[in-house]
Amino acid sequence: MRRGVALLAVAAVLTGCGRSTQVAPPASTKAAPGGTVTVLAAASLTGPFEQLRDSMAERYPDLDVVFSFGPSSALVEQVLAGAEADVLATADVRTMQRAVDAGAAAADPVVFARNALALVVPGGNPGKVAGLDDLAREDLLVALCQPAVPCGAAAERLLHAAGVTAQPDTLGTDAKDVLSLVELGEVDAALVYRTDAAAAAGAVEMIDVPVADQVVNDYPAVVLSNAPNPAAAQVVFEAITGHPGQRVLSDTGFLPP
Amino acid sequence: MTTPGARPHPLLVAPAVTGLILLLAPVAGLVARLPWIQLPQILSAESMLPTLRLSLLTATLTTAVSLLCGGSIGWLLARTTLPGRALLRGLVTVPLVLPPVVGGIALLVAFGRNGLVGRWLDEAFGVTLPFTTAAVVLAQTFVSMPFVVVSIEGTLRAVDRRHEDIAATLGASGWTTFRRVTLPAIVPGVVAGAVLCWARALGEFGATVTFAGSFPGTTRTLSLEAYAAITGGDPRTAVVLSVLMIVVAVGVLAALRDRWLGLR
Repeated sequence: MRRGVALLAVAAVLTGCGRSTQVAPPASTKAAPGGTVTVLAAASLTGPFEQLRDSMAERYPDLDVVFSFGPSSALVEQVLAGAEADVLATADVRTMQRAVDAGAAAADPVVFARNALALVVPGGNPGKVAGLDDLAREDLLVALCQPAVPCGAAAERLLHAAGVTAQPDTLGTDAKDVLSLVELGEVDAALVYRTDAAAAAGAVEMIDVPVADQVVNDYPAVVLSNAPNPAAAQVVFEAITGHPGQRVLSDTGFLPP
Repeated sequence: MTTPGARPHPLLVAPAVTGLILLLAPVAGLVARLPWIQLPQILSAESMLPTLRLSLLTATLTTAVSLLCGGSIGWLLARTTLPGRALLRGLVTVPLVLPPVVGGIALLVAFGRNGLVGRWLDEAFGVTLPFTTAAVVLAQTFVSMPFVVVSIEGTLRAVDRRHEDIAATLGASGWTTFRRVTLPAIVPGVVAGAVLCWARALGEFGATVTFAGSFPGTTRTLSLEAYAAITGGDPRTAVVLSVLMIVVAVGVLAALRDRWLGLR
């Protein structure tokens, strides 16, 4: 009984605390944006966006940028289901369009980066993969992204452009999921984003595919119409589309818009 | 003093109702969101039947493997004086408390091509498990077998050993005693364990997707298909698949309940 009362007291204190911090106005509202900004971003943006947050932390000490990385189509689904988020950045225009069509975007999305695919193999290339044609080999274990997510859609376009009928053994949720299988050596070859391949350069090898340059994804970002923190969201959005974002994006291998 | 038909204590009503809402609201939400108009089209999709068949096949194979291996472990734990039984019991039930995805990662680094066991399997027999239907069964067994172990061990412990002793003194062989005395006595426990195991296997997701991957026809079971649909921006199909899984699971449980458990 006593423990129950103590527990209730703790709960009351905790909820009370939570509320008071929310109600208290940020100390420097005018000087700089503050509070939490939630960014839903394609998994392939993990590296550059985390760098961007670190570089923004110095300039905006009161701003707390929180990321949720995942497959773009799942992020859009979360937005449509009413997730409380401020900024959405997807790995292709098609998925972003679904958010726009549903009225979830506060303005027109802006394309801030582009990305191409890369053929990657585990270190040492155990399957002796030389090009896209090898993805049709039955004796190899091949991973692709599932067609409904941007990297999977891009893979389909690339394979179509190359005239290859791939024989995948598993369809991953997003590019990072697929990349993990290559790093573990559990598949012989996979198509992921060039930026993901570059980020894992020590663990995987990239096979040169000239036709890959023809299939490029546009990455759009937008401030969401139900953003809980719209002013700060705009600051983050401008950082992504502006100079600070462009610098980290190009450092991590993304192409300029 | 609690007697049958006692008035519910007012302090218990609110949390009980909250709990019920928490348990039942999601199911109601699913049914409410069922896209009735597209239902025939979604259910008759080309991938639907192979996916359903794969789910039923793997869950049933998992239950068979679990009964054989898990049942034997349960027997060892209940009826022998093996040293370290307490430790063994703890170890075999670890998957019950382990997040399934952790099980999947563990399976991948153990039975994967570059894994502790998998490397040897590959070199000695040319067998690679990940991304095969066998891997789905392995992942499901890892997660579901403990239910069989726990249930069979518990039932065996509750059986009155004197009946077996009497059968033996009356000249029954060990096998006859098992078949005619022990087995009938433990049937309810075996069935309960098998049903729990089957239901858990049917719903298995984390270990399967991590270890077996996700490919239509070979490894993409109903729960993986539902996840692929929701992450692929097709919530309608995800809702339909979810309801389908509830119908299959509840239907099988209800059928078994009437047939075997006599709990009506």
